[in-house]
Amino acid sequence: MTESRITRRFAETAAAGRPALVTFVTAGDPDYDTSLAILKALPGAGADVIEMGMPFSDPMADGPAIQASGLRALKAGQTMVRTLAMVRAFRETDQTTPIVLMGYYNPIYSWGPEAFLDAAKAAGVDGLIIVDLPPEADDELCLPAMARGINFIRLATPTTDDRRLPAVLTNTSGFVYYVSINGITGTASPDAVRVGGAVERIKRHTSLPVAVGFGVKTAEQAQRIGQDADGVVVGSAIVAAIKGSLDAEDRATGATVPAVEALVGELAAGVRAAKRSAA
Amino acid sequence: MAGAGCRDRLTDLPTQNDLPEDAPVTITPNTLRSGPDDRGFFGLYGGRFVAETLMPLILELEKAYDEARNDPAFHAELAHLGKHYTGRPSPLYFAERLTEHLGGAKIYFKRDELNHTGSHKINNCLGQILLARRMGKTRIIAETGAGQHGVASATVSARFGYPCTVYMGATDVERQKPNVFRMKLLGATVNPVTSGAGTLKDAMNEALRDWVTNVEDTYYIIGTAAGPHPYPAMVRDFQSVIGTEAKEQMLAAEGRLPDALVAAIGGGSNAIGLFHPFLDDRDVQIFGVEAGGHGLDVPNGHAASMAGGRPGVLHGNRTYLLQDGDGQILEGHSISAGLDYPGVGPEHSWLKDTGRVSYVPATDREALDAFQVCTRLEGIIPALEPSHALAHVIKLAPTMAKDQIILMNMCGRGDKDVFTVAKHLGQDM
Repeated sequence: MTESRITRRFAETAAAGRPALVTFVTAGDPDYDTSLAILKALPGAGADVIEMGMPFSDPMADGPAIQASGLRALKAGQTMVRTLAMVRAFRETDQTTPIVLMGYYNPIYSWGPEAFLDAAKAAGVDGLIIVDLPPEADDELCLPAMARGINFIRLATPTTDDRRLPAVLTNTSGFVYYVSINGITGTASPDAVRVGGAVERIKRHTSLPVAVGFGVKTAEQAQRIGQDADGVVVGSAIVAAIKGSLDAEDRATGATVPAVEALVGELAAGVRAAKRSAA
Repeated sequence: MAGAGCRDRLTDLPTQNDLPEDAPVTITPNTLRSGPDDRGFFGLYGGRFVAETLMPLILELEKAYDEARNDPAFHAELAHLGKHYTGRPSPLYFAERLTEHLGGAKIYFKRDELNHTGSHKINNCLGQILLARRMGKTRIIAETGAGQHGVASATVSARFGYPCTVYMGATDVERQKPNVFRMKLLGATVNPVTSGAGTLKDAMNEALRDWVTNVEDTYYIIGTAAGPHPYPAMVRDFQSVIGTEAKEQMLAAEGRLPDALVAAIGGGSNAIGLFHPFLDDRDVQIFGVEAGGHGLDVPNGHAASMAGGRPGVLHGNRTYLLQDGDGQILEGHSISAGLDYPGVGPEHSWLKDTGRVSYVPATDREALDAFQVCTRLEGIIPALEPSHALAHVIKLAPTMAKDQIILMNMCGRGDKDVFTVAKHLGQDM
């Protein structure tokens, strides 16, 4: 696969001797305009890669925080078309920060996979993480995405053993997302010792960067996990910060964007403190 | 083959009209009973659309089930339990007064409501608990809508000494109180699920979240012939005892096969259990009855995923789903908590597209009427789920000749529904 914004960004952070900060927000949470303002504020606050959730009615792999954020977005009228419109609007002022869309297959299947991929590419999407498309289903979306130069980022988990890892990595590009716990997003926190071993294990099978996520909430955790990984993914904590800034009716307030900026700023300091011995 | 077929298909949104011609591609044409293929597909439908954490488990389950179904000892133990614990074979009953009342075809009930725990669900749960034991799992989880599968799961967990957690939508907990208490008596933990509309699909989401968190020790007993491969085929196999018995019993009673089969469809496990052994008997007409709720013309007012939905991917399989234009899943509605599910087992989706089975709706009102007719004429209080099948029998029988035969699956008893029915009939209990 040719160079993408994602591969360039991971090369840059590696050259700087630190892991990349990958931040997750749900598109359209709590509403389109606020969500776009958050998106535009993320790179300045220190995010290296942006993951944006495509809200889905039945987010089976997500914990309560991200479930609730998806419902807020859907309630505020977020659709797949509006999610791509948000990416397009972001690209008007930022041509370098990679955007990875994360979600579930049905809204894409409903749109039509090939048509969706064309629209996503045109909007400036760099990668996709589709939770319920394992490598066994690569012909559904992964291969057509690769053909368009969109990275298809696969999750590897503690249950992905050495026998299965090659199958998981075969058509993965951009980076590998190591899910540090068995479970749903935003619940238990990963054990740094086990994560280090797992990242090493994955790196024996691939030269792709490995980002670690699920359960990373604080700058301190980001720093610790970041010592063993090429990237640290933070999702539920940012989504919780958004929730914490809303009024009683779940509407945005003046504190919403600054709350995200403040947390992402701390996390960015965390990953910058995670100096890696061998960059 | 399935892969190539699927990719071609994906260039456009599939419509009901263009699906049938490519559906038979993966299935040997002289039998409708050989699916799924080795990737778990029935034509376009089925598959394994799950998160990576679950994928190794699904593959392990497939391997364990393959070994079990080729092991005579497994079948012997299941048959023994079926006979002495469940009470199989369930009777084939000639509904004489209902037949007279409708004035057409002879109506037979396959009496799976007489099973231990009151529905067909126990057939599947016994099979899966034996598999869980073979696999060395130590904890059982299940989802439930009406509570029948929850009760059956709690029952087999008690019988085999496993802790059991049942996920049940908060709305369903409210409308199926007797079953909630039954599960608790059996030692199960019932976790009310408040996400979404608090019904079966939300319970299934939560069960999947539990499974993905507790992969090492937990076995997930899915209650219907849906979910990732191998569940649809496995649940069908365990439920096919219904059709296999019924076929033998009908030959003994009438010396021939029935002219029509009728069964209610939520996820579709009782229906596929009855239908599957008859699929290649082309003279037998087959009807699956979906929950028409307030009527198919009422937006989000029904749970007829095949009559009112389109193909999509949810809960590990591709199948007909109730969804909006953006691919968000709708909640659906039915008076029956057991039919209130926005999807359907993938084999039914395939049977719909091939045209082998006719899927028809029955409304809440029609089911309530059928419930009362059966209760008064036959002294059998049916569950609201088979009351939908009965509603279609009531339409169908008068159009058929008196020497023709309808076989309907009475898949559950109505004790659990008397509160709901009382409310709808405007009576205080």
